[in-house]
Amino acid sequence: MIDAPISDAMKETDPYLSEFERFDKPGASSHPSWLYPIRKAGIARFAELGFPTTHDEDWRFTNVTPIAKLPVAPLLDPTDHRLKSADLAQFNFMQMEATRLVFVDGFFAPSLSSLGSQKKGAWIGSLATALAEEHWVLEKHLARYARTEKNAFTALNTALFTDGAFIYLPEGTTVKTPVHLLFVSTGRRQAAASFPRNLIVADKGSQLMLIESYVGLRKSVYFTNAVTEFVLSDNAVVEHCKFQEECLTAFHMAALHAFLGRGANFISHSIATGAQISRNNIHTALAGPGIECVLNGLYVTRDQQLADHWMFVEHAQPNCNSHEYFNGILDGNSKGVFHGRIFVQQGAQKTDAKQTNKNLLLSDTATVNTKPQLEIYADDVKCTHGATVGQLNDEAIFYLRTRGVDLETARRMLIHAFAGEIIERVRFRPLRDELDSVVWDRLEENERVAVKK
Amino acid sequence: MTRLLEIKNLHAGVDGREILKGVNLTINSGEVHAIMGPNGSGKSTLAAVLAGREGYEVTQGEVLYQGKDLLELDPEERAREGVFLAFQYPVEIPGVNSAYFLKAALNELRKHRGLPDLDAIDFLSLVKDKMKVLDLREDFLKRSVNEGFSGGEKKKNEIFQMAILEPKLAVLDETDSGLDIDALRIVAEGVNKLKKPDNAQLVITHYQRLLEYIIPDFVHVLADGRIVRSGTKGLALELEERGYDWILKSELQPA
Repeated sequence: MIDAPISDAMKETDPYLSEFERFDKPGASSHPSWLYPIRKAGIARFAELGFPTTHDEDWRFTNVTPIAKLPVAPLLDPTDHRLKSADLAQFNFMQMEATRLVFVDGFFAPSLSSLGSQKKGAWIGSLATALAEEHWVLEKHLARYARTEKNAFTALNTALFTDGAFIYLPEGTTVKTPVHLLFVSTGRRQAAASFPRNLIVADKGSQLMLIESYVGLRKSVYFTNAVTEFVLSDNAVVEHCKFQEECLTAFHMAALHAFLGRGANFISHSIATGAQISRNNIHTALAGPGIECVLNGLYVTRDQQLADHWMFVEHAQPNCNSHEYFNGILDGNSKGVFHGRIFVQQGAQKTDAKQTNKNLLLSDTATVNTKPQLEIYADDVKCTHGATVGQLNDEAIFYLRTRGVDLETARRMLIHAFAGEIIERVRFRPLRDELDSVVWDRLEENERVAVKK
Repeated sequence: MTRLLEIKNLHAGVDGREILKGVNLTINSGEVHAIMGPNGSGKSTLAAVLAGREGYEVTQGEVLYQGKDLLELDPEERAREGVFLAFQYPVEIPGVNSAYFLKAALNELRKHRGLPDLDAIDFLSLVKDKMKVLDLREDFLKRSVNEGFSGGEKKKNEIFQMAILEPKLAVLDETDSGLDIDALRIVAEGVNKLKKPDNAQLVITHYQRLLEYIIPDFVHVLADGRIVRSGTKGLALELEERGYDWILKSELQPA
């Protein structure tokens, strides 16, 4: 008889599997029946894949063992949070005029949200509510884009998500006020896991500005596993900003999948300053001709943080432009990971794709692993990619000093400028201004911004 | 007329290699000096040492600026005291907005002089005037410092900054290189307009061409790390006609 300790026999995926058993029996939730097979497939895929390891090429530089080992407590029921608006005032973008949806530990909190008036036929609100009301758009689009085959975290979210934002804009709808989704983790339970799920469907010619921010209320260990799906029909215009500012003790695994139609214009910013380990998987499918797609990102890390951006830009149709710009500013012993692939299918002629990843190291012990890639099967395309890892440019510092700017200010100017390259691409002015000051404050916290003489 | 800069027996180099081997030069306010010389004679090293570039080691001699030791000052302190270097290769600084940079620099200098910061409106009107002189495009202020500028634009930008910062001693390092004749004329006119009785200019150039527009009071020939001959602007013309060889040869005999 083998006398194995129970802990060894228990697999890391088990807590999630049993949670699924409890939560997602057919008929046990108010969710529509078509969703059940999708969830079931998600949990099966998660069980099969398990947590990724560094043997997996896509996860070579990002070790998620600390997440796998978490004695996790999924938050699959709404908690009585007792938060007031004043508790949230400290967070970024809260002063911005916006239609605001607040989610506490993954659940929509109506008392903290301000939905404003809805346009005719549009939906800007909770996904759980939309599911309960069986909104007609959901079956066609929900969980149809976020691929679970290769990504265990997306599979897990698909199995266990309960709430998030659902936005549907009918043809020609322009939403003038930005929509802000705030996901706040309370940290009231140790090792709490939440699974926010967002779906944004922008029908023909509609327009939207969306901010998605992730924050923690108090320093604690928690795990956010978020998935956001976008569907842009012909000529829809969406600007999106994901701002990840979790507690430095938290884990954040996210995926964004965008399915873009003819002539769509999609710009998505990913700003990551928080979490102990974070990963943002971005997959855009350019599924019609004449699309403009910009992925623009900035990660600012220090101490032991790790920030990973992984993206896959798929050109399936001709005459599309896609640009990815990612800058990282790394201090302390922190680590940045960038993996970007532009994939150009055979029919995608006249593709114009450009990808850059630039990294600024502020300490001798910060590291970056960057891997920009092109995979091209069409013969008439313009594709470039490049990556740099370096320190502040001495020549530029000297130039500034010869104009009377002191060394410390010169360094700050250059670091600010490096972040500014990304921030200046934000089109929506109030967001750009706020990001500028937020990122600057964050950089000021880095001790090495100030020169030690 | 006051003595602005005195370079006495200056020896300096990089990585233990001596490039300047005893330079002597005195510049009074109100004067324009030109330093000419063949490639590798030490012209740019002299500019670098005066501006305080890192990596250059002064092994002997001294540089007095307004009677004080210039070499012990940091680059920014020199700038605040009124020393300005127009770079041979102005540096592109992506993401640093030209207006923001210039205003920061100007206000540093004003603070040093005990003047209040210029507000945005006064700054803008000052800047617009000077932009016209140098024929700079309107969008110039919105662009990042030197980023994507043509060679001519970069050099104009140097002189533009000089016009805003109003240095007492301007060192122009090969400002003519890479300029077409129109840009050269505009740049030179800009420099000439900045000439005042209480400031001075040190123009470093390989060719006589620039000196047709910026008329020097004195011309010095730098060769192998020393000033081997000094004269008036006639010397520049002679160099243009005869090249540097005849001076280098005659230098071999003790004067």
